[in-house]
Amino acid sequence: MIAASLGYCLRIIVTVIGKDRVGIIASVSAVLAEAGANILDLSQSVMDEFFVMIMMVDVGHAVVPFDELKSRLNSKGEEMGLRIDAQHEDVFKFMHRI
Amino acid sequence: MSVSRYSPQEIVETIRMVQMENLDIRTITMGISLRDCSHPDLAVAATKAYDKICRLAENLVRTGDEIASEYGIPVINKRISVTPIALVAESSAADSYVLMAELLDRAAKQVGVNFLGGFSALVQKGMTRGDATLIASIPQALAVTERVCASVNIGTTKAGINMDAVALMGRTIIETARLTSAQDGLGCAKLVVFCNAVEDNPFMAGAFHGIGEPECVINVGVSGPGAVLRAIEKDGQTDFGTLAATIKRTAFKITRMGELVGRAASEKLSVPFGIVDLSLAPTPALGDSVARILEAMGIERVGTHGSTAALALLNDAVKKGGAMASSYVGGLSGAFIPVSEDIGMIEAAGMGALTFDKLEALTCVCSVGLDMIAIPGDTPAETIAAIIADEAAIGMINRKTTAVRLIPVPGKKVGDMVEFGGLLGRAPVMAVHRESSAGFINRGGRIPAPLQALNN
Repeated sequence: MIAASLGYCLRIIVTVIGKDRVGIIASVSAVLAEAGANILDLSQSVMDEFFVMIMMVDVGHAVVPFDELKSRLNSKGEEMGLRIDAQHEDVFKFMHRI
Repeated sequence: MSVSRYSPQEIVETIRMVQMENLDIRTITMGISLRDCSHPDLAVAATKAYDKICRLAENLVRTGDEIASEYGIPVINKRISVTPIALVAESSAADSYVLMAELLDRAAKQVGVNFLGGFSALVQKGMTRGDATLIASIPQALAVTERVCASVNIGTTKAGINMDAVALMGRTIIETARLTSAQDGLGCAKLVVFCNAVEDNPFMAGAFHGIGEPECVINVGVSGPGAVLRAIEKDGQTDFGTLAATIKRTAFKITRMGELVGRAASEKLSVPFGIVDLSLAPTPALGDSVARILEAMGIERVGTHGSTAALALLNDAVKKGGAMASSYVGGLSGAFIPVSEDIGMIEAAGMGALTFDKLEALTCVCSVGLDMIAIPGDTPAETIAAIIADEAAIGMINRKTTAVRLIPVPGKKVGDMVEFGGLLGRAPVMAVHRESSAGFINRGGRIPAPLQALNN
């Protein structure tokens, strides 16, 4: 379903920013798994006291529309006191790579 | 494929620019040619224009919102520019084009765009009957419509300045203010007088779809004064070379977003991609100010000595950074300094640090011109015409676009505050010179094309 709206590029970047706590990866992964989105890669680090997790996610076989996935991630973020965003990978590719 | 293609710093930088520094796509503007809508009966021409706009721009707003959601970058405005209406309406015998403006307004509302530009005429060398009819229709058209924007090009480097048109525009601005006096002359906020107008500008109120443009095109205007400000602040006290490099790097990143969104919109709408306009366009929002950038460079208040040099450095660095980021750069491309739309400008004008004359000096090195300035309602038409002539002369001699968008606010005196609301902001009424320019303006005729025009 997302394929239709995102075109040929089916990778999104999910970012989680906030205070570190137990279970962040598990919770975010659960939301993605439920939506049929496949985590391709993941990195985490601490920047300026904030926990930053970045996931590259394949949504080619996702079973919910992109907007729905975004809002599910947003509500999970609110629940956990984190900021969770999902964006088309091209945003980062365009801004930082020529 | 791995996340390590991007460093966490890069990812966080992008998110911070959007969420905290107001980086946004200011406008996706669809240019639509109405050249095939001419008809001897103006009502038929207007209906043809209405139908064509509704057909081509049907999905513009939805596409803009879709892109904003997918990429996580706000797309603030979706807009339309059309062929200068003087060219479209001229084949009719009508002696007023207000009807056309009304249909354009209805079309804008139908497709959901907040502004439609192109109620325009290009009269740098002289006027046809259609041009004269269009200009005569402007005050009424802007009073009875909400979303239509008008512009008139009165000079170019190649043609010189049409001083008869300049004088006429002085009177037209006064009349437009009078007909919208209940809203503090708001009609004038939708009226731009240009020298060297560009054909692919996506920004309002001066957008129109030039005659060299294709049938339909997507132009994008980006904006990110906040991101530039933050980058300069983070660098601290550096020398000018470093300062310029920081601005270039930030402008590059901002413009890349415009390129990305432009390409996406073009593909989704199956309309060719025109240009990215890499302007720094402020809004009244906190942290979205060009004045604040100059202040971060070390100018205590915009308007004081050094402001012009600071703005020149900023404008040039924005162009250099942005030019690398997009295949097709166009439009106005530079830093805008509208008074009412920039919190730092509003403050500086209110406290007297920023004067009308200094604004004119700033326009020599910035993107456009004297923009969104409130002046006393009793300013004579000849004085407004003389202000236009001065600004046009700067554009003509320096081969750049200059423009005037003044609001002579009916009943208001110097120092009064005027609220335009929304993106148009608010402004203190600024003093203009009281000495008359009437003798000069009333000479009539044209200022000849300058030596710069003779470069073949």
